[in-house]
Amino acid sequence: MSWGVNWKASVGLLGVGIKYLAVTMLVPLVVALAYGEDIWVFLVSMALVAAVGFAVERVDPDPDLGPREALLFVSLAWLAAAVIGTVPYLLAGYGTASTVGLHTGSFGALAGGIVNALFESMSGFTTTGATVLGEISTDRHSHALMMWRQLTQWLGGMGIIVLMIAILPEVAVNGAQLMESEAPGPELQKLTPKIAETARALWLIYFGFTVLYIAILYGLHLVGMAPNMDLFNAVAHGFTTLPTGGFSPEADSIAAFSAAVQWVVIPFMVVAGVNFALFWHVLRGEAEVMLKNAEFRAYAGALAVVTALLAVVLFRGAAPAIELGGATQGVAENSLRQAAFQIGSLLNSTGYATADFAQWDTHAQVILLFAMFIGGSAGSTGGGVKIVRWLIVGKAIRRELFTSAHPDVVQPIRLSGSVVDEDAIRGIMAFTLLYVVLFALSAVFISLDTARIGEQLTVLEAISASLATIGNIGPGFGRLGPFGNYEFFSNASKLLMIFLMWVGRLEIVPVLAVFISAIDTR
Amino acid sequence: MHVVIIGAGEVGTSIAASLASDHEVVVVDVDPDRAEQLKYELDVLTIAGDGTTSEIQTAADVGRADMVIACTDNDQTNLVACGTAKTLGEGFTIARVKSTDFLRTWEGNEGAFGVDFMVCTDLLTAENIVRVIGLPAAIDVDPFASGLVQMAEFEIAEGSPVAGQTVSEADRFESLTFVGLFRDGEMTIPRGDTGIAVGDRAVVIGSPESVQSFATDVAPETTPDRADEIVVVGGSEIGYQTARLLEERDFKPRLIERDADRARWLAENLPKTVVMEHDATDTEFLSREHVDDADILVTALRSDEKNLLVSVLAKRLGVDRVIAVVDSPDYVTVFEEIGIDIAINPRTVTAEEITRFTYESVAENIAVLENDQAEVLELELTEGCGLTGRPISEIVAESDARFVIGAITRNHKLVTPRGDTVLQAGDHVILLAESDAIGKITSMA
Repeated sequence: MSWGVNWKASVGLLGVGIKYLAVTMLVPLVVALAYGEDIWVFLVSMALVAAVGFAVERVDPDPDLGPREALLFVSLAWLAAAVIGTVPYLLAGYGTASTVGLHTGSFGALAGGIVNALFESMSGFTTTGATVLGEISTDRHSHALMMWRQLTQWLGGMGIIVLMIAILPEVAVNGAQLMESEAPGPELQKLTPKIAETARALWLIYFGFTVLYIAILYGLHLVGMAPNMDLFNAVAHGFTTLPTGGFSPEADSIAAFSAAVQWVVIPFMVVAGVNFALFWHVLRGEAEVMLKNAEFRAYAGALAVVTALLAVVLFRGAAPAIELGGATQGVAENSLRQAAFQIGSLLNSTGYATADFAQWDTHAQVILLFAMFIGGSAGSTGGGVKIVRWLIVGKAIRRELFTSAHPDVVQPIRLSGSVVDEDAIRGIMAFTLLYVVLFALSAVFISLDTARIGEQLTVLEAISASLATIGNIGPGFGRLGPFGNYEFFSNASKLLMIFLMWVGRLEIVPVLAVFISAIDTR
Repeated sequence: MHVVIIGAGEVGTSIAASLASDHEVVVVDVDPDRAEQLKYELDVLTIAGDGTTSEIQTAADVGRADMVIACTDNDQTNLVACGTAKTLGEGFTIARVKSTDFLRTWEGNEGAFGVDFMVCTDLLTAENIVRVIGLPAAIDVDPFASGLVQMAEFEIAEGSPVAGQTVSEADRFESLTFVGLFRDGEMTIPRGDTGIAVGDRAVVIGSPESVQSFATDVAPETTPDRADEIVVVGGSEIGYQTARLLEERDFKPRLIERDADRARWLAENLPKTVVMEHDATDTEFLSREHVDDADILVTALRSDEKNLLVSVLAKRLGVDRVIAVVDSPDYVTVFEEIGIDIAINPRTVTAEEITRFTYESVAENIAVLENDQAEVLELELTEGCGLTGRPISEIVAESDARFVIGAITRNHKLVTPRGDTVLQAGDHVILLAESDAIGKITSMA
């Protein structure tokens, strides 16, 4: 079975990546040492992963990737990262009641534990933020494991392939093709002649924002404005805000922190949904590139409009007085903060929460659902359809309407003043349609499968389960709300959601293209 | 002056013709028959051969030339010819190009390719078309003194308020001078009491605003308006440049181009233009898109026959004004006779632009009127020349050359010439003169 691709090359290169993934486990190891926790979980994990890496690398020691091999490599890399990411969960949970641990009691327990670990790990790397980790607290799980959970999101945020291109010369050779398949958005923006330098620039900006953010959070703690934001929490949230991740080691997410912290988190979530290439221009003194960028303007506009709408709805009392989030009816500051936070979190797919919006009135939840459909910008760490695609879809529809009255008019579609290639437009239309179809079919499957195991999902729950995973958002509505979890789903539904997170992060096409070429080898 | 002209096509021939009487002209053409033929038509020396080579240029005595004009149909040939000329001598080089890309490169670094002055035929033609569109009642418009002064030629139509008036009645604008009047193809220098009749062509020189106001007087109904519907037919380089310049002037033109790829290219490069991909000779299409409602239609197709067909169709459908690009100078009259409002010939335009450089350094700018009967030129006066230090009335009385001073710019400000105005060194003088008198006037300056 050839699959029409030289799979050995793809897998061989995968080994290189897995090897280096072992190195990243030093971070939780350091945390384990600092808190005097069991270091064997991560030592064993590192050894295991490194061994697998070296073994896989031997499949093809000198990999040379063509276009199809690149697609396969990128798809496999994300799957492999998720699988590797399960190792610490499984080991740490061995012999405990952890939902993500390795349980050898029965086949059902074994499979359930493994699927849960894979779900948590995939949710981490794809920066989704949906969780099956029953109880979220550092009392229940070690600090080291919680930090690993946070770290997976940070690694996945700017893209593991981009990171590999930035630091591994053997990957940089085919860098442009790989980055094209991984980078969110319709096209690859090369900032510098060398792709490795582009990748490095993006990661440095990402790294710089993360450091700044951690410093501000911890600074707030030091000046006494954020009692709960200790160094562990500052770093943990630093790892999941810029990648639009959404994991928090606190069960109450950002609601566990003061209003000051919440106000600090909002701008950084917004930044995470911006095309990082634009920051590169700003750093070079070309701020006008950012201000004139059509997608950035649309992103800022969408945030402002939807936030204003939600703030008004909350001010008028759409959020019943609930335990978390506080009263918003007639309280302007809290209405605005809750609206800005939730929209800043859901529109670009972060998934943090400062209020249990699953308990809000339906009309407020529908506004959130609408925001979830929008997505971040191309080249950001956000998921979803992406602003730029909606802009182009809108322009293409307007052109269709205009040309049906004037059939001879030739009208290219422009974005920020430059013409968008017709092939790119076709690709964008296909992607958007595919996204919607996949989302709808999955919602149907999930609700049927859940009924099979004797649970009933509400319409909002079914829709949000599908949308929150394919869009890498995380929380949904009802039982899937920001303080709920995905644990009650059957293994089949969880596997589908793992698939949705995977294809959602890679924007569907690379993964499906590999499947298609496998089926159709002519 | 020793002038070498490379390329004896229409442009080259036209330039040679206007220089032959006063200068020593050598024409080089790659076609021996053409070179032979030209030898009898004009009083010039002709050389058959490749004008880009040192060998032929040496034979044409380029080393001694004051000016080398490369005006073949091929951009690269012209550029190489100028480059070669620079290796042989110090002559002023002029290259004719079609590509605006070469022009942009050259503008960014004058002297690039060894070219001292570059004329872009298509851009020049488009600029001409757009000026004509901006002043709809004018037959010909040319800018002088970097745009401070305009020369315009108007035909007095039936029902024009100006018809029947005398020149002094019509010329009621402070900064406008009536410099010439053509009746039945004959030029007269107008006096205050000269009457203006229907069918006359009046030439005025003045500030752009006064020319505009005069245009409104001559033809109040055709005053240009930003809301006017302008259609450009044909996406040739001229059509493209015309649409681009119209966009710059806040118009939103429509452009019709038949070729799909070209139409796509145009649409991509003309964001404010509505580009339509269709054959402009399809009358069903023209009426479907309401081209008949257009105020102005420009035909810039690649063949004269097509331009003629589309122009006639547009006129029949009821387009107000039709401006046609005519590739062959012989057809210009034909076009205008059958009712096309303005026929513009790119080669004539180019030849005019190049000729203006041949009046040594004193003449800066020139426009040729009515089949070379008269020319409007701009002179920069130098210290101690024959025109400074005396009132204009005295100069006119002394000289037997027929000319009228239309406008003066002094320190970038317009000075309206009167009989007692005294010219100074450094003044730019824009005047109309009979072709025969040009030599005399430039020698005085």
